[in-house]
Amino acid sequence: MKACISNPLVQAMLRILLMSLCLIANNSMAQAGDEPLSITVGSKNFNENYLLAEVISQLFEHAGYEVDRKFGMTGTLIIYEALRTKEVDVYVEYTGTLGQVILNYDGEPSLENLNAQLTGEGVEILPSFGFNNTYALAIKREYAEELGITTVSELVTQADIEMGFSIEFLNRADGWPGLVSAYGFSQQPTGMDHGLAYQAIDDGNIDVTDAYSTDGDIDRYDLQLLEDDLGFFPRYFGAPLINAELPVDARNIIDRLTGRIDDARMRDLNGRVMLDGKSFAEVAGEFLAEEGLVALSDNTSATATSMWSRLWHNTLIHVQLTLIALFLGCAVGLPLGVVIYRSRRLSRSMLYIAGLLQTVPSIALLALMIPLFGIGQTPAIIALFMYSLLPILRSTITALLTIDPVLKRVAEALGMTRTQQLVHVLLPLALPNVLTGVKTAAIISIGTATLAAFIGAGGLGEPIVTGLALNDTSLILQGAIPAAGLAILTELLFDVLERSLVKPHMLVGQLPT
Amino acid sequence: MSIPCIEYSDITKSYGDKTILDGLSLRITANITTAIVGASGSGKSTLMQIANGLIIPERGQVSVFGSSITTENITDKRLAIGYSVQGAGLFPHMSVYENITLIARLQRWTEKDTEVRFHTLMQLLELDLELRDRYPFSLSGGQQQRVSLCRAMMLNPPLLLLDEPFSALDPVTRDSIHREFLKLQHAETRSMVLVTHDMFEAIKLAQEIIVMCDGRIEQQGSVAEIQNNPASDYVQALFQAGGQ
Repeated sequence: MKACISNPLVQAMLRILLMSLCLIANNSMAQAGDEPLSITVGSKNFNENYLLAEVISQLFEHAGYEVDRKFGMTGTLIIYEALRTKEVDVYVEYTGTLGQVILNYDGEPSLENLNAQLTGEGVEILPSFGFNNTYALAIKREYAEELGITTVSELVTQADIEMGFSIEFLNRADGWPGLVSAYGFSQQPTGMDHGLAYQAIDDGNIDVTDAYSTDGDIDRYDLQLLEDDLGFFPRYFGAPLINAELPVDARNIIDRLTGRIDDARMRDLNGRVMLDGKSFAEVAGEFLAEEGLVALSDNTSATATSMWSRLWHNTLIHVQLTLIALFLGCAVGLPLGVVIYRSRRLSRSMLYIAGLLQTVPSIALLALMIPLFGIGQTPAIIALFMYSLLPILRSTITALLTIDPVLKRVAEALGMTRTQQLVHVLLPLALPNVLTGVKTAAIISIGTATLAAFIGAGGLGEPIVTGLALNDTSLILQGAIPAAGLAILTELLFDVLERSLVKPHMLVGQLPT
Repeated sequence: MSIPCIEYSDITKSYGDKTILDGLSLRITANITTAIVGASGSGKSTLMQIANGLIIPERGQVSVFGSSITTENITDKRLAIGYSVQGAGLFPHMSVYENITLIARLQRWTEKDTEVRFHTLMQLLELDLELRDRYPFSLSGGQQQRVSLCRAMMLNPPLLLLDEPFSALDPVTRDSIHREFLKLQHAETRSMVLVTHDMFEAIKLAQEIIVMCDGRIEQQGSVAEIQNNPASDYVQALFQAGGQ
């Protein structure tokens, strides 16, 4: 044992562990304290929301703030919870979504109505950017002019028009079924993939499809959106949803964006990302420059350098998440295994429980953590800890159980106390197998930690999640390659650790030389 | 009869439905070597492991040097009882030196005392001092068994329990280790109990012999008594089996 601690490698590992624990402590202190010039911006995981979050982030950066970007959270409830628990200071929400999904509000809520309901939550919605991202019916502009129609009501009378809608639109209450009862359509639409619908309308296979009113594709295919003259579609105004305690200075910065982005402007900005292949940072920079809010040159250089620093930052967070979870896994799994391995019943039931935890899909386990621990690193670490428990516990129990019974008998017969038997015979003999279990847990943690980005824990999953949402392979690789590198590094580190702690002839699966 | 080193009274032990020992009582004489001989399954190994508390009988009492074994005194008792098993049972992660001296170091012997005792034992069992830092996997079967004997005798215990220690060795190695064993008897006086299925080994190494059959004591007596007056066909058969 003494030999273990004096080993330089072990010392180095301990030091890394301590350092990451300190880092976490610093992080949480920074969050707890009133750091005036830092802000956390969140986003949902689709294009428009990323882009707006990036606009807000750059605006804050320009004002001298340090911005923590927690982008790409999956699901309205997750990001809303993050805002409520003050892990995020601001994100862009849509009035319709806020009313229906979060507040269960029927009908069309005003800003005052929304805020009246939000006060108890410590959350506040600011005035809209101006655009309304809702469902709309799109028709080829030439064809609309030819028919002379501009509203949905006028479309009802066009008997031989071909309609193709996305499957979701065909089934949503605020989609086709509602539209039929509101306007009295009698035409039979066909269902198709949303992505294919624009191409189909361009090729003349269909005449009308459903669209989001701020889709970049609308301008690209030269489509016209028909006016919802009966006001059927609920309105989804994009507006900043903020932590109600945000100081006036910060509110004023966000407020500079109020009313600056109408539907057409939003379509244009979305199109620059989706169709021209520009990055969010680029488009956000362009927009701010065009609006005279920020000088353009500032931003391009900032994004170029930030790629590497973000990569480093993400990797550091990732290592931190994994190490802490692994440390907890060892701190619980190893002693637990030692205590319960003699009891067949206890070992069985603990392994059963740990195994059960393992079968919960990672993303579900992470989601289950949210009501209990909120979002961010804490729930992620707890989830990773639960995953690491099984391999560590199982390897510890198995390693102790499979020790040659003759050796256990001899250790006892020599007159060693329980503790002496454990320290001098059982644990050293179990060590190679236990190390293998810890290694497995470490590698599982590194993999699973990429999913932690879904609940805003950051790490290498962040570029992966973003990349997946935006179909951006290079972003995915920015997360996937370092994650794979970390896994390989871990494998190598454990090899070194094994070699320094375990005599060569005791190594699992190796012949004595 | 002199004071016994081990005294069993009314010992019963069973595994599941199978009763191994049924109300057995027995005194083993101190300061000599006693061999317990019997076929496998006769209960001889169980009997031995009851003496150092590795096996707890359902009924009955066992006392070692006049005091009975309890859960409180078991660790101290074991320090006074050396133990060596078939296949040596050396700890694979410890060197020869570490294996032999482990228990002395745990008892906080001085380095000097430990070193002296180690040297004495290595010499007694004719082990080359160069083996000191070798690991068990690199030793021959005979060397491992010798190291195991050294380990059992490290604290110079008054009682040594040997559970078939020589059974797995080839005849030539066994012969030479037998010679060292006899030398050991002369060098250090102690009570030794040797469990073996080999009657000839018993005759060669022990002064008294206990023959066991199906958990009963078939015959107990000096080597001469057993040799000259086998009490039953079973005892007789052990001579023939051993001779083959």
